[in-house]
Amino acid sequence: MSDAPDYGPWEPVIGLEVHAQMLTESKLFCGCSAKFGAEPNAHTCPVCMGMPGVLPVLNRRAVEFATRTALATGCEIPRIARWARKNYFYPDLPKGYQISMYDEPLAVAGGVEVETPEGTRRVRLTRIHMEEDAGKNVHDAHDDHSLVDLNRAGVPLMEIVSEPDIRSAAEAADYLRSLRAILQYLAVCDGNMEEGSMRCDANVSIRRRGTTELGTRTEIKNMNSFRSVERAIDVEIRRQIEVVEGGGRIVQETRLWDADRGQTFPMRSKEAAHDYRYFPDPDLLPLVSDPAWVEEVRRGLPELPAARRDRFVRDHGIPPYDAAVLTARRDVADYFEAALAAHPNPKSISNWIMGDILRLVRERKLDDALVITEWPVAPAALAKLVALIDDGTISGKIAKTVFEEMVAGGGDPASIVEKKGLRQVTDTGAIEAAVDAVIAASPDKVAEYRSGKDKLFGFFVGQVMKATGGKANPQAVNDLLRSKLAG
Amino acid sequence: MPVSLEDVRHIALLARLGLAPAEEERLRRDLDSILGYVAQLESLDVSGVEPTAHVVDLPTPLREDRATNPERPEEMVENAPDRDRTFLRVPKIIE
Repeated sequence: MSDAPDYGPWEPVIGLEVHAQMLTESKLFCGCSAKFGAEPNAHTCPVCMGMPGVLPVLNRRAVEFATRTALATGCEIPRIARWARKNYFYPDLPKGYQISMYDEPLAVAGGVEVETPEGTRRVRLTRIHMEEDAGKNVHDAHDDHSLVDLNRAGVPLMEIVSEPDIRSAAEAADYLRSLRAILQYLAVCDGNMEEGSMRCDANVSIRRRGTTELGTRTEIKNMNSFRSVERAIDVEIRRQIEVVEGGGRIVQETRLWDADRGQTFPMRSKEAAHDYRYFPDPDLLPLVSDPAWVEEVRRGLPELPAARRDRFVRDHGIPPYDAAVLTARRDVADYFEAALAAHPNPKSISNWIMGDILRLVRERKLDDALVITEWPVAPAALAKLVALIDDGTISGKIAKTVFEEMVAGGGDPASIVEKKGLRQVTDTGAIEAAVDAVIAASPDKVAEYRSGKDKLFGFFVGQVMKATGGKANPQAVNDLLRSKLAG
Repeated sequence: MPVSLEDVRHIALLARLGLAPAEEERLRRDLDSILGYVAQLESLDVSGVEPTAHVVDLPTPLREDRATNPERPEEMVENAPDRDRTFLRVPKIIE
């Protein structure tokens, strides 16, 4: 979340189309594995290769996942959804058409609550539909050919289309984060933008503030991180403003984001590329929703991010900001509750997660995996560390050292404390000896301090801590220093 | 509205068909008569009838989410005009 940039008299109008790969075992219309990373074309069959004479059969779990998402975002589910063919030619599309949904999608009219610095905003959803993914082209620089791998062809996708309700680049990123959190809570998509399991295209236009008419929009593609989405949209808004203020006109076109150059460039357009000639797929019967089954899916919905956030504030008494950070990801929220079960100090555990744990997760680039199976430190171990601080065995400062040890070599915090001799010195006699030694060693500084240079107090604390290897109880050091320096 | 040669060329482009001028004119006439026939249907009053995309009155059958297909990439690319290991090989894609 960043500050709203100043676009002067211009108001951006942004809508996002998100493609989310569903976490099914098999493809949308055939029994090929949907897993990533196999030998080229190992996950193909006559159906997903588009061979003649084959028929697609719909994957039940894909329907369930899409329905779950629709219900979690408050969508209506029409009685009938219909499969349509979207026709275009490209080597990664073996049939010459993509099976998608067109005028009768799976779900319509929902919304996503987005946390912004100005509070919660609802971005409306136009629709959610299901479709199959295309394959992958590999371009070899040394060859005048391209290679095609159809392992991804036919993998189930949801396309989640928002209304043009978004008003800044930062808000677009916030919307995406909220949507990703929902998909992850529902366990229907892993939400990994870098690996392409969640992709985003943005429709961007500008208009004068206070007007309601929509301007001509451009579509931005090729943004593969939250940061790219935010930067690309901001750059595109500024480009449009410059064009319009220079007396030019915005051309409706698709533009590609170039992250290295920090610019968007028009895609070399294939003529009539948008003439997809959709028509109902004669190979597939309509998808008729069964109200009883939809109700069953609804009852099976897990607690969603917003509800969990509110519960954390209510039950654990942590600030709303902390709760929002912790619940933005399901695995982080699970981690918090697991640690809490072992040692009930919500605020302290929350601080450790938001600070040290999430820093590590970021450093180790774990931040895009759905379930972090290898957290740097197990939740029970973190709970133990906090318990050691709470019962006075170690200071908060020493705890950081213990934490680094836990990360580096693993192990139990209590045994690290014993092995390294990090137990906090609360024995006033020992601390007093250190305080006396420090005062005796720096007569000049003592004189300065007594003549009113209060800032030197920190210097003395530092010296005592150094002398005790950081193990002295900070409160005891403060008290003793204060009384002895007072003379 | 009669089908024009422009329409024929546009459709041919979308379908990636290369047509000789004589073929364009023949297809223009064919398409024109097909659309003329369909236009007759428009005179019927179907305001109370649900659009029929399918004559089979069934919901779509569903299958369980199991990856049951064997992995046989060599076999799957065997019929391709050109291949490289188990990749399909196509003329360079320029974008």
